[in-house]
Amino acid sequence: MDIEKSLIGLTVQEQSEKPSPPTRRVERIIEGIFFLCAIVSVLTTAGIILVLIQETIGFFNEVSIIEFFTDTRWTPLFASKRFGVLPLVTGTLMVSFYAMLVALPIGLLAATYLSEFASQRTRKTLKPILEILAGVPTVVYGYFALTFVTPLLKLIFPTIQSFNALSASLVMGFMILPMVASISEDAMSAVPQSLRQAALALGATKMETTWGVVIPAALSGIAAAFILAVSRAIGETMIVAIAAGQQPKLTLNPLQSIETMTAYIVQVSLGDTPHQSIAYKTIFAVGMLLFVMTFLMNMISHWFTRRFREVYE
Amino acid sequence: MKESLLENKTFLTQLESRMAKTRWFELISLMAVTMGILILAVLLIDVLVDGLPWLRPHLFTEFPSRFPKNAGLRSALQGTLWMIGLTALISLPIGVGSAIYLEEYAPDTKLTRFIEINIANLAGVPSIIYGLLGLGLFVRAMGLGRSVMAGSLTMALLVLPIIIVAAREAIRAVPRSVRLAALALGATQWQMVRSHVLPYAMPGILTGTILAMSRAIGETAPLITIGALTYIAFDLRGPMDIFTVLPIQIFNWVSLPQKDFQYLAAAGIIILLALLLIMNSLAIFLRNRLQIRW
Repeated sequence: MDIEKSLIGLTVQEQSEKPSPPTRRVERIIEGIFFLCAIVSVLTTAGIILVLIQETIGFFNEVSIIEFFTDTRWTPLFASKRFGVLPLVTGTLMVSFYAMLVALPIGLLAATYLSEFASQRTRKTLKPILEILAGVPTVVYGYFALTFVTPLLKLIFPTIQSFNALSASLVMGFMILPMVASISEDAMSAVPQSLRQAALALGATKMETTWGVVIPAALSGIAAAFILAVSRAIGETMIVAIAAGQQPKLTLNPLQSIETMTAYIVQVSLGDTPHQSIAYKTIFAVGMLLFVMTFLMNMISHWFTRRFREVYE
Repeated sequence: MKESLLENKTFLTQLESRMAKTRWFELISLMAVTMGILILAVLLIDVLVDGLPWLRPHLFTEFPSRFPKNAGLRSALQGTLWMIGLTALISLPIGVGSAIYLEEYAPDTKLTRFIEINIANLAGVPSIIYGLLGLGLFVRAMGLGRSVMAGSLTMALLVLPIIIVAAREAIRAVPRSVRLAALALGATQWQMVRSHVLPYAMPGILTGTILAMSRAIGETAPLITIGALTYIAFDLRGPMDIFTVLPIQIFNWVSLPQKDFQYLAAAGIIILLALLLIMNSLAIFLRNRLQIRW
């Protein structure tokens, strides 16, 4: 009889010789605690949205939303206050654009080398070294941009300002490079070997195979990497806070000093801004805009990655 | 059609140039990889050249000062150690708890999928946004002020997704047979997790936690946003004290116009990078030595 029970298995045993009720209650409580832990991350998102919305509403009670999006001057810290966020947005987008000019081609080429040309062994040594670049704290990059890259740029462009968008962009490009390379490489490595073999069998060279077959096949993965990289660039703070300046300016000239959305938040945070003042509320309004921009991009990137998976897996 | 392709002059010269193009392409893409590594080397050399002469013992024992010769990192190092300790204490249990829930308990429901998507999204939120959350929630609403506690809570939320992802991977790597063996001997779900899954997953969890902490050590923006001060000339005594950290002190020195402060910043960067190097080596060591291969 006993043997039979144990053969039927756990469920029967539980019924006849079940754990005492306290044990069961303990099990329930423990599961509940773990569930609460998992909920913390949901609460974090909720907290971010609530804090941002609350202060942003307070901001828009004092400043019209139309002025915020159409005025071309941003001077909340001056006596004559203007609240046009456009200079901060163009500053942010310009820095991201030039950073992508560095990160995109070099990252894609690096991914091509790692995925198509490098031997297994070379890839295993090169990839971690490249990833160290992504682990260097951003304040270190800021230092590098200000004290090394800017003086170098001065030799090429004598008119460049001491704080300028270009130097911050270039350095940021190299910071993002490993991310572009890593995600693109994953996408290219996931392209089935049979596609490459088909192209090579038709007489294509390795380069023709890469450009004509592998990259197009991996395109949505590569697109996901690029969008994620732009999102990273928009949210990056310390490099621009150190090297790009604090002058919100509506310009597309990278040799000038500008201010990004993130650098503005840092600038206000460094000063002793009283709670409830309009300057205090501006950082939340700018933060809200930043959050929405990066969130949308992350969603689009996520969508590209999912689409890519559907094709090959 | 009598002439074979290999005798066709046009094809052969074209083939030659197509092969040459491939070789060039390989070279250029190799250069792209090397360029990244080269920049890393230049950055390290630049920092070492600027900072090594200023790397002196009193950097560790002195408080910041208006005079570069007397300035040190004492309060910044204390702040960084306190912050890392508290951040680990807060984020490790919550992160591991979430991972256990998602891997061992969670039913396949919409809520579970929502939690998972949410964690993935949080990993992509810019760090300065966490600073705004910390400012609104911990500093103001909860009244913690600009204390190291408020900073650690902010940082804990920031690194939580990293710890959850690492812990989930470590837990998932424990084979099903181990779980079944425990259950077959009559263990309850929690007994199985505690005595079988967690011990085997621990090296992976610790590795992930150390990597998350090395991310936290380098983060500057969120702590500036919650108002961590830059000039602190007294010892940090408890979690409710105001504080500064290593990268903020570096940022402060970089922003000063005097050249000597820039060199001090470089010396600070060397210490920061050395800390990161130690932590990452520890993580790699743990991964290689303690991890069980199934």
